[in-house]
Amino acid sequence: MLIINCPHCGPREESEFACGGEAHIARPLAENSISDAEFADYLFLRDNPKGLFLERWRHSAGCRRWFNIARDTVSHEIIEVYPMGALPRKKDALATHAASWRRDTAAEKAAERAAQKAQKPAQKPAQKPARQKAAAKKAPGKRGGK
Amino acid sequence: MASHQPDRGQRGLPGGKPKYSAFAIAKKAMNYHQDWQRAWRDAAPKDEYDVVIIGGGGHGLATAYYLAAVHGMANIAVIEKGWLGGGNTGRNTTIIRSNYLWDESAAIYEHALKLWEGMTQDLNYNVMFSQRGVLTIAHSEHELREMSRRVHAIRLNGIDSEILGPAEIKKFVPTINIDQSIRYPVMGGFLQKRGGTARHDAVAWGYARAADDLGVDIIQNCEVTALRRERSKITGIETTRGFIKTPRVGCVVAGHSSVIAAMADIRLPLASRPLQALVSEPIKPILDTVIMSNAVHMYISQSDKGEMVLGAGVDKYNSYAQRGSFPVPEHMLAAAVELFPVLSRLRMLRHWGGIVDTCPDASPIISKTDVEGLYFNCGWGTGGFKATPGSGHVFADLIANDRPNKIAAPYDLNRFRTGLLIDEHGAAGVAH
Ligand SMILES: Cc1cc2nc3c(=O)[nH]c(=O)nc-3n(C[C@H](O)[C@H](O)[C@H](O)COP(=O)(O)OP(=O)(O)OC[C@H]3O[C@@H](n4cnc5c(N)ncnc54)[C@H](O)[C@@H]3O)c2cc1C
Ligand SMILES: [Zn+2]
Repeated sequence: MLIINCPHCGPREESEFACGGEAHIARPLAENSISDAEFADYLFLRDNPKGLFLERWRHSAGCRRWFNIARDTVSHEIIEVYPMGALPRKKDALATHAASWRRDTAAEKAAERAAQKAQKPAQKPAQKPARQKAAAKKAPGKRGGK
Repeated sequence: MASHQPDRGQRGLPGGKPKYSAFAIAKKAMNYHQDWQRAWRDAAPKDEYDVVIIGGGGHGLATAYYLAAVHGMANIAVIEKGWLGGGNTGRNTTIIRSNYLWDESAAIYEHALKLWEGMTQDLNYNVMFSQRGVLTIAHSEHELREMSRRVHAIRLNGIDSEILGPAEIKKFVPTINIDQSIRYPVMGGFLQKRGGTARHDAVAWGYARAADDLGVDIIQNCEVTALRRERSKITGIETTRGFIKTPRVGCVVAGHSSVIAAMADIRLPLASRPLQALVSEPIKPILDTVIMSNAVHMYISQSDKGEMVLGAGVDKYNSYAQRGSFPVPEHMLAAAVELFPVLSRLRMLRHWGGIVDTCPDASPIISKTDVEGLYFNCGWGTGGFKATPGSGHVFADLIANDRPNKIAAPYDLNRFRTGLLIDEHGAAGVAH
C-alpha cells in the first residue's frame, strides 16, 4: 500500500487515488503536420521503465486534483510529488525527464511548436530551456488539471 | 476453422529419452523412486546458436520446442534469468478458454486450445489439462445482453459457447449464491465446456523436457543484459554468463519486454503491472468448474489438491516488484465471499503477484521489429497462459520463416500505426 502525499490534502492511502500513467506527454496539437506513425508515439507508446518513473496521479476520492509524482517501479519509493505543468526538482527525476526518448518524438516537438505559437501574442516569458517552457505551458486546463 | 489441424511436430521423444508411463512408475517404485532420470540437462552456454530464445516461461519453451519439432532446427538455446517457469507461467491461475469476440482472437486462442487437447500425449508429460468448463457470470442486464451478442459471434467462429440462466447456473454450480438481492447478483452467464485448467509448472517442465530431448540447450540463472547489433541486424546477446553469438533472437519475457526492447532502442506500447492471486487451505471438493466475473474482477477454481485458487484484477500502477497492493485482493475477496458464502471462513495460505505486460488493445504482440533477426512475443498481459502452445507454435513459425503466418499476422506491432487494433477490452472479458 502506497501512502501518497497529496499536495493539497497531505498523506493519504493509495486507495483514495487514481493513477493516470506516464506524465509529461504533450498532445501534438498540429495533428496534420505529423505522420500516423509519429502520432502513434503519442497515442500508444508508453514509457515503462524498471526504476524511476514520472507519472500523473489524481486524488479521486479527495480533492480530485491532479499532480505528478516521481516513483521507483521496483522499490515503490516516491521521491518527489510536484505540481502539474512543472518539472521535478530532484536531480534524478529531472534526469529521467530529460533522458526519455519521448523528448525526441515528432509528436512532442509538434506540441512544443504549437504551444510556442499560442504563446506569441502574450508577453515574453523569462529565459528558460525550450523543453521546460513547453512543459510549463501545456499542462494547465488539460486532463482535469485545475 | 473447426477443421484446421495444426502440425504438432514429432510426437513423443524422438531423441530416445526414457518415457514416463504407468509401467515405469511401478518399476521405479521397486527402489523407492530414487533413480528417475533428469528431465532436462543443465546446459552451459555455447559460443554460438542459430536461435536464442530469451525467457524460460511457457511461451519461450514452447517456441523452442516447436522450432525443433516442427521446423527441424537443432542449435537453439533458451536463456532464463531465474528458474524455469518462475515468471508468470508459475504464478497464474491457469484458466484456459478460447471464447473471444474477434476473429483474430478466436483464431489464435482456438489454435492453442486444439494444441492443449493433445499436449499430454505430444510431450509425454501429464500437464493435467482438465476441460472442466469455464463459466463467466453477468451481473447486470446490460452485461447479459452484451454477453449474448458475444456468444453468437463466438459460435459463428465454430467455438462452443452457451448462455445459462441463474437457475441453470445454480444447478451447474450448487455452491453459488444466486440471491438477486446481493451487490453483484447472478443474472446469467456463458459457458465454454471445452475450457478448463492445466498444471502450470508441468507445462514449463513438459516443454523443457521435450525440447531438451530434441537438442535444445536450456540455460537457467543466466540474465540477458544487452543486445549486440551491427547495422540494425542482431549479432548476439550479452549475458551474465558471457557473450553468445546468434543471428536470431526471440524475446518472450512478459513483464520485462520493455526492458529488453530498450536494449535495442525499440519502444513497445506496454505497461508492466502486478497481477495477484491467492490459494486457500485445501478443502473437500466444492467446485468442479471455473467461475469468472469480469465486473468484480474475480475468478475461482479448485485445484486437485483441494485448494481454492482465486485471482484478482490487475493493479492500477506500473511495477516490477512482483507483489501488488492489498486493496485489490480485498475487493476481490469481498465479491468472492458474497458469491460463495461457503468461503467466508476459509484461510488463505499463499498470496503472490506476477508482472504482466498489458497492451492498449488487450491483445498480444507477435512481431518482427526494425532490427533484423529480433522478434518479440509479448503483451499477453493478464491472460496468456491459455495461449501458451498456440503462441509458441506461431512464434516458432515466425522466427523460422522470417514472416508471420495467417494466425500471427494481425498481431504485428504495426497495428498501432495503422489503427487495426484487436480490441478485446471488455469484449471477451478483461481478465483471463
Ligand atoms: C496472478 C496471475 C494470474 C494469471 N491468470 C491467468 C489465467 O488464469 N489464464 C491465463 O491464460 N493467463 C493468466 N495469467 C497470465 C499468464 O500467466 C501469462 O500471460 C503467461 O504465463 C506468460 O507466459 P510467458 O512465458 O510469456 O512469461 P513468463 O512465464 O513470465 O516467462 C518470462 C521469463 O522471462 C524471464 N526473463 C525476464 N527478463 C529476462 C532477462 N533479461 N534474461 C533472461 N530471462 C529473462 C523471466 O525470468 C521469466 O521466467 C496470469 C498471470 C498472473 C500473474
Ligand atoms: Zn487531495
